[in-house]
Amino acid sequence: MAINTDKNGYTILFSVLMVIVVGSILAFLASGLSDRIKENERFEKQQNILYAMGVHENTPDSGVNFIPTDVVEEKFEENITEQYVLIDGEIKKDDNAFSLDVKKEIAAFKKGEEAKLPIFVGKKDGENVYVLPMYGKGLWDAIWGFISVDKNMVVQGVYFDHKGETAGLGANIKLRFFMDDFIGESLLDGGSYAGITVSKTNNDPVNEDKQDNEVDAIAGSTITGNGVTAMIKETLKAYKPYLETIRTN
Amino acid sequence: MALLSKKDANLILDPLADNNPITIQVLGICSALAITAELKASLVMSISVIFVMGVGNVVISLMRNLIPSKIRIIAQLIVVATLVIVVDQVLKAFAYELSKTLSVFVGLIITNCIIMGRFEAFALGNGVWRSFLDGIGNALGYGVILVMVGFFRELLGAGTLFGIPVLGDPITKTGLYAIGYENNGFMIIPPAALIVVGIIIWVQRSRNKALIEEA
Repeated sequence: MAINTDKNGYTILFSVLMVIVVGSILAFLASGLSDRIKENERFEKQQNILYAMGVHENTPDSGVNFIPTDVVEEKFEENITEQYVLIDGEIKKDDNAFSLDVKKEIAAFKKGEEAKLPIFVGKKDGENVYVLPMYGKGLWDAIWGFISVDKNMVVQGVYFDHKGETAGLGANIKLRFFMDDFIGESLLDGGSYAGITVSKTNNDPVNEDKQDNEVDAIAGSTITGNGVTAMIKETLKAYKPYLETIRTN
Repeated sequence: MALLSKKDANLILDPLADNNPITIQVLGICSALAITAELKASLVMSISVIFVMGVGNVVISLMRNLIPSKIRIIAQLIVVATLVIVVDQVLKAFAYELSKTLSVFVGLIITNCIIMGRFEAFALGNGVWRSFLDGIGNALGYGVILVMVGFFRELLGAGTLFGIPVLGDPITKTGLYAIGYENNGFMIIPPAALIVVGIIIWVQRSRNKALIEEA
């Protein structure tokens, strides 16, 4: 029996059935996989935080090599000794700082609302390192990452990531040649928190000058680079009360 | 007995060269421009499209007698979108690293006109097996061009392939850079893809005059 597919009734029935079938497939899939996806996201965040504080498996010539996912949980427990939140200039111990949504908290902070800004304190070679999350925008979409400093405001490491920067250009902020330049740079210029500017004109492409508050930009990704500069400045502004206390202690 | 009859084999082989979706039908140009700055992205995109198109053509072909013609485009769109979401979710759960590389491109697959074109032109009127071959063939034809463009753009634009430097180090001036070679930054930006695709079209048509349309 051939079906008359041109009837209005059939068309409506077909649409309804299709929506139900497709909707159930997707709902089933999403709820079935959500635990695994959340776990992957948690591992990724732990890997990123550890990477920013210099705990990774890089060799001199390798690309970005994170701590593998099967041991990242342990390594995180081992290396991150304390977690704090910064609420309205006050520092509170909070072991759930990790699960805070950085994007939401930073957005709230920028609007002047109450925000819980997470801080991760780790130990590296016996010295404390302070890992701060960052969130900003690049050319096309969000960029984010982590930056770690010691008590003298010298950068110990950074990790950047992005949602949709141009492949081959802005997307390269998550490659080692760019991120490694930040290591050893000072965030301070005299007494002020100058941050680090991604500069097109610093005449220091091999990055020998660590006191210039500048790293060499990636050619062709000016706006992504400016986004990174702005993101670091914003982070310093938000965390200034905390950074002041660790610097003066 | 051959694995595929000659007619079936042509469904795969034709789109690779003489009926290539990019160079002959000039479809799918937008994604060919957007993602071919790096070889890796080109390859990942090609593989995803091969999957979506193979499965999509089969699904559409199975439903070809059921889809009301008035809403067939919407029905096709739903099939592509669903497949893409399934791919995205499964990758996020089981191949998280890969899913991060793919994330930007997944959305682009939905709008890839080659996919809708093959659903409309082939799967709606042909059996499942032939539709599957047609889907794979066209996706391969798309992928071949993508990988070629990605190869030249990454090599000439950044001096690397799959992110690995092959021409030396541009900052410390080793390899080719020692004798004054410079990367061509223009290759990284999208217009360069048009030029590379244009050159491929030129080479292809000058080798096979039958492809040149009457003016």
